[in-house]
Amino acid sequence: MQTFSVSQITGYIHDLFDADSVLADVWVQGEVSNLTIARSGHWYFTIKDEDAQLRCVMFRGAARRVRIDVGAGDEILVHGRVSVYEARGEYQLYADLIEAVGGLGDLHRQFEALKAKLDAEGLFESARKQPIPAFPARLGVVTSPTAAAWHDIQNVLRRRFPLVEVVLSPTLVQGSEAPRQIVMALERLNRREDIDAIIIARGGGSLEDLWCFNDEGVARAVAKSRVPVISGIGHEIDFTMVDFVADLRAPTPSAAAELATPNRDDLLLDLDRLRAGLTSVFGASLAQNARELERLQSGLRFVTPAKTIGAAQRDLAEGRLRLERAGALKLERLRNRLASMAKALERASPEHILARGYALVTDEDGALIRRAAQVSKNQRLNVQLSKDRFKVRVDD
Amino acid sequence: MDDIAHLSYEEAYDELEALVARMESGELPLEKSVALYERGQKLSAHCQALLEGAELKIKLVDEADPAE
Repeated sequence: MQTFSVSQITGYIHDLFDADSVLADVWVQGEVSNLTIARSGHWYFTIKDEDAQLRCVMFRGAARRVRIDVGAGDEILVHGRVSVYEARGEYQLYADLIEAVGGLGDLHRQFEALKAKLDAEGLFESARKQPIPAFPARLGVVTSPTAAAWHDIQNVLRRRFPLVEVVLSPTLVQGSEAPRQIVMALERLNRREDIDAIIIARGGGSLEDLWCFNDEGVARAVAKSRVPVISGIGHEIDFTMVDFVADLRAPTPSAAAELATPNRDDLLLDLDRLRAGLTSVFGASLAQNARELERLQSGLRFVTPAKTIGAAQRDLAEGRLRLERAGALKLERLRNRLASMAKALERASPEHILARGYALVTDEDGALIRRAAQVSKNQRLNVQLSKDRFKVRVDD
Repeated sequence: MDDIAHLSYEEAYDELEALVARMESGELPLEKSVALYERGQKLSAHCQALLEGAELKIKLVDEADPAE
């Protein structure tokens, strides 16, 4: 079995204490007793409750920064680390902060405790954050109607995006009544279906002034808000619990109004750009249509009737020429034939025949006598010669 | 085209944006292109009028909420 020296085992215990994360950073509440301020300026005291006590040391530098009166019997909050004083074999709280219970330090402590709790529940996770609509039609505002913050918000909205309708859900923003009212104001807006985003705002103030925004109920109401929430509380440096659970944190009320809305000047520029785009794309479309038309027209010149018609017209002219030539020839032939036929006809005419010494014999009625059987004895007949005529009587 | 007067800024702007994108991407027939251009001009005029003519309206939460 190994044997340790006292120093060795005490050093070992010392290391154990110093490796522990709780002991390294701790707030302890208790009643002060046995306070001794050494000539060196260090404070030595004990804090206790009914069942236990804890030795504390606060070195000169830290002790000088203590802002409250500390005396035996006071209930105080002490912050520091618990470690081992090896020379005495004692563990003790090496204090760096002392606060009154309910004082600023206490508020810090509560804040950190609540923050750790809500963080552990996942309420700060970015996955829970809802997006803020780019063009809100209706903005809810949770603030006091008498606060400067409310006027700042209106001014920003009027300048940036007056298209938005603002729905004020009034509430106290400071004091013990404020948390309950803020929760109700949030709920009233959430009951409406037409709110696109909520601004929860308060102007700058002391930590105590802003304290209602560190209230657990208020933080939970913001976290569970169906409508996205933008926080704008205090100044740039102020962080409240509401800031951690809000969907978007703005450093001030004015900034919250800016984050909630697009900027009119930007929108006008966007609009100009879009309108220029519209005009240029329309121009391009016109040009493209014109080119298309031109292309069609030039294509048309190659396939078109113009050429076919030209060719046809040439064919037609040639055809007509040939036709005319052919026609003339045929006509000449016809004319010749007609002339010879006229001659033949002439030769065959009765006058022509009579002139050659023939005669035509007709009865008294003018009927041509072709056979002897047509006549009887004593019948009178007419004899037509070429130039004149005479009558005869049938003798036998 | 009277429907444009009832569009919110966002609706009109989104339509205008989509319209320009459509004209940029497609080889549109002339008539369609002219019709889109005309509508685009009206949409942008509507947006401009909304931006320049709007007066901030403020209500109390309970005013428009008879259920409260």
